[in-house]
Order: sequence, then structure tokens, then C-alpha cells
Amino acid sequence: MATVATAARPVEVGQRKVAAGLWEDAWYRLRRDRLTIGAAAVLVLFVLLSAGAPILAERVFDTTELSQDLLKTYQRPTLDPPKYLFGSDELGRSQVVRLFYGGQVSLFIGFVAALMNITIGVGLGLVAGYLRGPVDDVITWFVTTLNSVPILFLLVIFSALFAPSAFLLTVVIGVLFWTGVTNFVRGQTFALREREFITAARTVGATPGRIMTRHILPNVLPLIFVLMMIDVGTIILAESALSYLGLGVPPGTPSWGSMLTNAAAYIFKAPWLVVPPGAAIFLTVLCLYLIGDGLRDALDPRLKQG
Amino acid sequence: MRNYIFRRLLYAIPTLIGISILVFAVTRLAPGDPVRLYTFGALNITEEDIQALRVHYGLNKSLPEQYVDWVTLAIQGDFGKSLQYNRPALPLLLERLPATLQLASVALVLQLSIGIPLGVVAALRRGTWIDNVIRVFAVIGHAVPTFWIGLLFIILFAVTLRWLPSQGLLTVGHDVWDIGDRIKHIVMPAFVLALAGIANYSRYLRTETLDVISQDYIRTAHAKGLRERRVVYVHALRNALIPMVTALGPLLAVLVGGSLVIEQVFTWPGIGQFTYAAARSKDYPVIMAGVMVSSTLLVVSYLLRDVAYAIVDPRIKVK
Repeated sequence: MATVATAARPVEVGQRKVAAGLWEDAWYRLRRDRLTIGAAAVLVLFVLLSAGAPILAERVFDTTELSQDLLKTYQRPTLDPPKYLFGSDELGRSQVVRLFYGGQVSLFIGFVAALMNITIGVGLGLVAGYLRGPVDDVITWFVTTLNSVPILFLLVIFSALFAPSAFLLTVVIGVLFWTGVTNFVRGQTFALREREFITAARTVGATPGRIMTRHILPNVLPLIFVLMMIDVGTIILAESALSYLGLGVPPGTPSWGSMLTNAAAYIFKAPWLVVPPGAAIFLTVLCLYLIGDGLRDALDPRLKQG
Repeated sequence: MRNYIFRRLLYAIPTLIGISILVFAVTRLAPGDPVRLYTFGALNITEEDIQALRVHYGLNKSLPEQYVDWVTLAIQGDFGKSLQYNRPALPLLLERLPATLQLASVALVLQLSIGIPLGVVAALRRGTWIDNVIRVFAVIGHAVPTFWIGLLFIILFAVTLRWLPSQGLLTVGHDVWDIGDRIKHIVMPAFVLALAGIANYSRYLRTETLDVISQDYIRTAHAKGLRERRVVYVHALRNALIPMVTALGPLLAVLVGGSLVIEQVFTWPGIGQFTYAAARSKDYPVIMAGVMVSSTLLVVSYLLRDVAYAIVDPRIKVK
């Protein structure tokens, strides 16, 4: 008898709950995806370093974001003192501290603007896909128009003419990058609205608003998270390009893009200044894309590549 | 086919109207008064003169009226005179268009000629280290800020190794037709601009090829004794490439939009750089012409893409 029990055990250990929901199921798969978990860990680390920038600057690096040292310009990267871990710029400012502060700007704009994009994109996508007809035509017209303008041109002009604050810039990016989300949600809604469960909901008298939010939205929501991760990455890239052109957040606030403008100006004198800000942008965006990919595979394993 | 192209052209009209409204709104709603900006510092100017200038430029009318005035002239190619150069804005931009087109077309060729083989090879060598390297490269190429790679390339190839020039179309004083010199100048910016597309294509084509080679007709081709090479390049690639035409859309947008930053990094005298300079000095006519020209470029390339798609896939009709 005892042997039977021990033989049955190993099977049970590896098994999970039978009727796990979508999210538990996804989480189960995600936990086993080392690459995605690693990417998430790096991203969380970046967020913490950026959020803790003032404390780190004071306690660890013994300097501040703005303190200059005109006798210590163009220091090569060194561990002694730690504030020149990534060297110093033309004003002798600590690059590592500026890097953490720059992260605040990039990450804030990335996540807040992406949240706005998703809200607008999902809303318009649902309405266009469900109501069709003239409403759909108008929304599609918006989408085609925005897709046909090189968005960076528009951002450059807007920034040059309006000289926006960081917050206004976030809002503008938030209302410009939603077309991809709308296209996706619209397509999904088109397909979903013909399914039986929607007809059933309509038969019992559910209003269009209720059908869209209660019956269609939950079906597209999982992949929205995937789109959001990719969206944040795209926005961070766009914002850094804009800052690199000198048109991002107002001067004075360090951002990864504007640190690169500086670095480009002293490229012959201090080439090492180019590496850290670019690597920070690259790693952040890379992690976001990897998390996006991992989430998609976890939520819908059928889509998994390779 | 002619019917399709004609209807597709009609669909471009509302898009262009939308773009013109957007451009007009962004430039007109900007804070600051262009008349005051350009009379700033003028000594003997009175308030009446400013009002007269405003009437002269039609700035006293309502916004919809101003929009109609502007569009009527813009359709005829008249965007007004550049405030900086005192020359018509459109010809100024069109002079710089060839440089941008050169850069974008070389980048497009690089994207296709590197991206497609990478994708096919990754699919055929699925699961091996070659596949892994190509897939990692695809993710990196997507996530890396292009202007940063541009800077790193300048440090490596122009500053350290001194192999390639870091800026401009050609060496100053050289013969304009010195092709070798021009190629040297275009290699770095074109490759950097192409990077995202290379990554995208290889990723996309890997999925498509994997999809196609698992189909029955490929097994049939193998079974009737065709050589591997023929099966892949004649039977599989043809069908794998069809959906690629749609993938061209976002990539063209990247080429046109990305050219603005890349032209800045490599001091490439194209429309991106020119529009950027105009935006910085608030040269309104050039700004508006710049966005309209680059958007029209995009609308035309979407049009060509759709026509190409209709040619390779005859099932497509305008909805």
C-alpha cells in the first residue's frame, strides 16, 4: 500500500490546479520563463534606481544632480571617487547621477503616455469595431491620417513651436501614438461581435456600451498588456530621439536623450560619455520588448514562435 | 487593375486633407505671433505697421478662412516664402529631397537584401545557434536607439579607425560624380537607418517561412525529388514574401521619420534636417511645407505598397 502512495506522489507535485483561470495559467507559464523574469528584474532595478536617484546621489555618490566641478571636467570612468563611475561631462557633473535622474524622465513619459495611448486606442477601437458604419469611417480616417504623418516630424515641430513642459509633452505623445492599438482592437472587435455570445447578450437586451465593456473588452484585454509594453518601449525611443534633437523636456532636466546630445558634442574629447545613456535607453527598451514577448507567449502559448 | 489604382488614389485624398488640417492646426495654434517675431528689434515700426502686416499676410481672418487660403495656395505648390531665406519654401525643400530619397532607398535595399536572407536562414536552421544569433540580433536591432548606434559608429569608423567620413553627402571640393566618395559617405547613415527594418524583416520572414515550409505543397515538392535549394527559393520563398509587402508600411514610416534623426546625426542635407532647422528658427512656411512633403512621400509609398500587394495577390480589392 505504502509503495503505491509514494509512486503517485511525484505526479501530483508537478501538477497544477485543473481549472486554473487565464491569469493563473499565464502566471504559471511566465514564472518558468527565465528570460522574461530576468528582463522584468532589470526593468524593476532601473525603476528603483531612477526613483531613488536623490537618495543615491547623496548617500552613495556624495554629490547632487546639478553640482559642477570645473576642475574635474571630462574625467574618465573610474571607481575612485564613485561619483565618476561613468566619468564626468564638460561641467564636471557626475554622469552616473545624471543617468539615474534621466531615467525618471524617460520612464515617467514612457509609462504615462502609454497608458493614455492604450485608453484612447482601446476606446476608439471598441467603438469603431462594434458600431461600424460612419463612426468607424471617421475613426479610420483619423488613424490613416496619423499613420501617414511621420510622427517624429510632428513631435519636432510641436516641441519647437510650443516649448512644452515635461507634462505637456507626455500628453502630446499620449494622444499621438494610439493608432496601432486602435487597429488591433478594432480588428478583434470586428471578429468578436459576430460570435454567439455577443448575439446572446444582445438578445437579452444588453446595451452596446455594456456589450463593449463587459463582453468584448475582457477578450482583448490580455493582449493589450503585450501591446502596452511594446508601446512604452516605442515611446521611450521617440522621446530620447526628441531629447537628442534638443526638443524634449525643458533644458536643465537631464534625460537620456539630452545626455547623448552633450556626448555627441564632445565626441572627440570624451568618447566614453556616449556609452551609458545610450545603453540605458537600449536596455530599458530591450527589457520592455522581451517582457512583451514573454507575456504574449504566456497568455497565448499557441502564438509562441520557434 | 487600373480601376483599383484609381480608387486607391481617391482614398488618398481624405488622408491628405486630414494631414493638412493637422499641420495647419499645430503651426497656427502655437504660442507666439510670427509677425511680432519677425519684426522684433525693428526700430521704426508702429502698431499700425504691425496691423498692416497682419492684414497683408491674412492673419486677421478667422482660422477656417486662413486654412482655406493656405490650402488653396498649397495645392498649387505655393507654401509662401521662407522667412529665413526669402525664397519660396517648396523649391527649397525639393532641392533637398534627392538626398533624402537617396538615403531612404539605399536603406530600403539594405533592409531587404540583408533582412530577407537572415529570416530564411533562421527558419531553415531553426533551433540551431545560427537561428538563435539571428533572433537575438532581431530583438536588439529593434530596441536600440538608432541615433546612438550612429554615434557609436562615428566613434568607431570615423574617429578611431578613420575608414569612413562622419558627415555630409560627399567630400567638399570633390567631383560631384565621384561615386566611390559618395558610397563612402552613404554607407554608415544608410545602414543605421536600415537597422530597425533589417531586424523587423528577419523576424517577420522567419515566422512566414516556418509557416510555409510546413505546408503540404512543400512536402510534395520534396517528394517529387526537387533539390532543397529549388524548393526553398522557388516554392517556399514566393509565398512567404507575399505578407511581407504589408509589413513594408510601418517600415516606410520608419524610413521617412527616422531620416530626421539620422540626417541630424550624420549632417545629411535632406528634408529632415532642413525641416528640423526650420522648426528651430520658427520658419513657418518651411515647417508646413516640410511636413506636407514628408507626409506626401509616405502617402505615395503606401500607395505603391498597396499596388504592389494587389499585383502579387490578385484577390485583393479596395474594400
